[in-house]
Amino acid sequence: MNSLFNLPEASTHAVTVDHIFYLLLALSGATVVLVFGLILLFAVRYRRGSKAKRGPMPEFLGREFEIGWTLATLLTFAFLFWWASSADLSSLAAPPHALEIHVVSKQWMWKTQHANGAREINALHVPLHEPVHLLMSSQDVIHSFYAPAFRVKQDVVPGRDTDIWFEASKTGTFPLLCAEYCGTNHSAMRGEIVVMQPEDYAKWLTRQPEGDDLAHEGAKLFVSQGCSGCHATSSNVHAPRLAGLYGRAVQLADGRTVTADDAYLRDSILQPKRDVVAGFEPIMPSFKGLLDDGEIQSLTAYIRSLGEEPPND
Amino acid sequence: MTDSLLAGELPLPPRPDYLRHGSTVWSWLSTTDHKRIAILYAVTITIFFFLGGAAITAVRLELFQPNGWLMTSDSYNKLFSFHGIIMVWFFLVPSIPNTLGNFLLPLMIGAPDVAFPRLNLFSWYLTIAAGAFTVYALVAGGVDTGWTFYTPYSSMFSNTHVFAAAAGVFVVGFASIATGVNFIATTHMLRAPGMTWFRLPLFVWAIYATSLIMVLATPVLAISLLLVIAERVFGLPIFDPARGGDPILFQHLFWFYSHPAVYIMVLPAMGVVSEIIPCFARRRIFGYDFMVYAMLAIAGIGFFVWGHHMFVSGQSPLASLVFSFLSFIIAVPSAIKVFNWTASLYRGQISFESPMLYALGFVGLFTTGGLSGLFLASIPVDVHVTDTYFVVAHFHYIMVGGSVSAFFAGMHFWWPKVTGRRYPESWAKFAAILMYAGFNMTFLPQFFAGYLGMPRRYHTYPAEFQIYNVMSSAGAAVLAIAYLLPLFYLTWSLFYGGKAGRNPFGATGLEWTTSSPPPPKNFDWQPRIDRAPYDYHAEGISAGTDPPEMQNAKETQ
Repeated sequence: MNSLFNLPEASTHAVTVDHIFYLLLALSGATVVLVFGLILLFAVRYRRGSKAKRGPMPEFLGREFEIGWTLATLLTFAFLFWWASSADLSSLAAPPHALEIHVVSKQWMWKTQHANGAREINALHVPLHEPVHLLMSSQDVIHSFYAPAFRVKQDVVPGRDTDIWFEASKTGTFPLLCAEYCGTNHSAMRGEIVVMQPEDYAKWLTRQPEGDDLAHEGAKLFVSQGCSGCHATSSNVHAPRLAGLYGRAVQLADGRTVTADDAYLRDSILQPKRDVVAGFEPIMPSFKGLLDDGEIQSLTAYIRSLGEEPPND
Repeated sequence: MTDSLLAGELPLPPRPDYLRHGSTVWSWLSTTDHKRIAILYAVTITIFFFLGGAAITAVRLELFQPNGWLMTSDSYNKLFSFHGIIMVWFFLVPSIPNTLGNFLLPLMIGAPDVAFPRLNLFSWYLTIAAGAFTVYALVAGGVDTGWTFYTPYSSMFSNTHVFAAAAGVFVVGFASIATGVNFIATTHMLRAPGMTWFRLPLFVWAIYATSLIMVLATPVLAISLLLVIAERVFGLPIFDPARGGDPILFQHLFWFYSHPAVYIMVLPAMGVVSEIIPCFARRRIFGYDFMVYAMLAIAGIGFFVWGHHMFVSGQSPLASLVFSFLSFIIAVPSAIKVFNWTASLYRGQISFESPMLYALGFVGLFTTGGLSGLFLASIPVDVHVTDTYFVVAHFHYIMVGGSVSAFFAGMHFWWPKVTGRRYPESWAKFAAILMYAGFNMTFLPQFFAGYLGMPRRYHTYPAEFQIYNVMSSAGAAVLAIAYLLPLFYLTWSLFYGGKAGRNPFGATGLEWTTSSPPPPKNFDWQPRIDRAPYDYHAEGISAGTDPPEMQNAKETQ
């Protein structure tokens, strides 16, 4: 856990953030010393009645001087912006083969689900030195996934998927906090992130109670919710086929082209009339209210799995 | 009237000052005198300040223990929400503009009153009505959304009195707009002969820039709160994602107002300090025109930085970059101002009366708070510290450390003008120093707690943050005493303080040329202006070694 003045740098990203932080700290410190120092110096030297020299103002204290320090400030800030932003840009997208873990937040708990179906409440086990990509959604209000030791934070918003990624660089247990005010027990919406050696993580995963993985769970829902009635290859209804759909560009009836990602699939399940695929009738009913966020994640995972291997039908 | 009377050459018949010109309660409640309305506002916001202060005192007491010991989480949430709503809209936004601004703007430009005196009174009544809504929300059971009213929590989930609180803020917004319109019209229409734009004191410029923001930004606040009410009360789907709404839309609207609102709170403070530092350093303000452009730049660019509140909300990465860049840019004019205040001390004849101590306190706290803003403009650092105590410390340094120090600086500087009385100077100096110390004791530890990962709005918190919370709460006790002291000695001065002359500090500026307290229509003759402000010494030289009273003798007539 945290010592008094030191927050562990438990992810690769944390080191980057702290470098920027320390530079800003040094720069701010220097400015404080300069400004406070000058004020103190002038306050003592030019106190009323002191013998210090007054008379005509020196030549250099003119407009050029003012423009000079304005430009110096501007250039410093432009440099800071460039440095901070390039760090931000390089950490935007998760690496392609990151371990994907789903997170659902609700008042007032964190539910996490691993690729093999293992579920946790207010806890998240992750392997060391492996990029972890969290796909998050909220069932009620806005929450915020905050892991101070990893220097990452991302709001979890109802009605849309947000994501975040990190690569843990230290084993141990680190706090997970909700950082966006979400009602009565906001401050109790805490958990822990346990970083383990990859072997230990693999062992831990297998020890978890048998649960279907997301894609299998999605496959069951696909049948029980009636999706297969139209979207299965054997169906007589004229509906888009889903095999190989994920990640592909889809031509829509109104001429737009969209990429079939998580957000698109989610929208198509909840608001099917919004993005109608070219060549199909808008006959699909909305599943709004029939599926919760976790179930939508499972269905999405199933559809994605259809893209990764040829469907065995 | 003859020209010689207008020029002030003939003796005038004795007349009561504005305080004694009618003494019934009704004469106060129906007054259109900008000076009396300023007093009405001062009394009102003092009450709100101590209401908001009482709420946060309970919060700071509760935070002594990591798991709470006094109250439930619901009560805690309601108290910090009440504190934020009251302090932002019922204290900070009206604080300097509606008290000092109301009192001084016409005096500083040589006008008998503001452009729309009745509108001025109306805006005070609006503030009272709005305050009644908000206090009702508390008495009826409270509101727990925080001052930010984030959706969908406020519009669909909170079971508290969101409607009353939002209605209160909605109404007080109109008071803001009315005041802004009034001040803009006053500055344009009522300047005395010879008072050109670049002879305006910087306080007038500050009030003018603030009024522009009030008029342009506040309607957006009204819209966003109206939408919350529409969804909450009438069930219109606006922010509810399940029905096609977008909760993030609210954040864009809210911060489009609320970031400029920060400048509503801090620009007037800059104006106050720009009057006080030259007076006690006996120097012209360094770089007058740069100070003006800096304030206008802050008012303008301030409208385009709201997205830095939303780096973790899921807004597009491109938007985040643009907002980050603009947030760095807006720090430039603030830096210019700090440098110019510092340079104004160079080769001065500096004395350290209480207004000057408060003003220097402002510069120190504003500098600290402003520098911490650079951390929040840098996206990777902001992602880590946003919604933590780092942000709490940052905005308290600017809005409370900075603006409230400047408010007290102004109170002490113009108190003799407003009341005609002198306050006990040594008590005032003591309070100024105590306020600076207490403020830093309270909020400096919060930077550490925030960087180490303590989220804001936490009723219970991990035990390792207790040390910082205890330090903070102890500092808050010192700060509370520092805020209470002026209440006592300033009230005392009303009854027992010595009489103040027309210009006790030897300051330049039209307000010091009329009597203390001023007559109902401010000036007994038509003021005429023939020189730039801050004429404490001849152009091109620093403050001479002559006693300042002699250099300034020509000002005090």
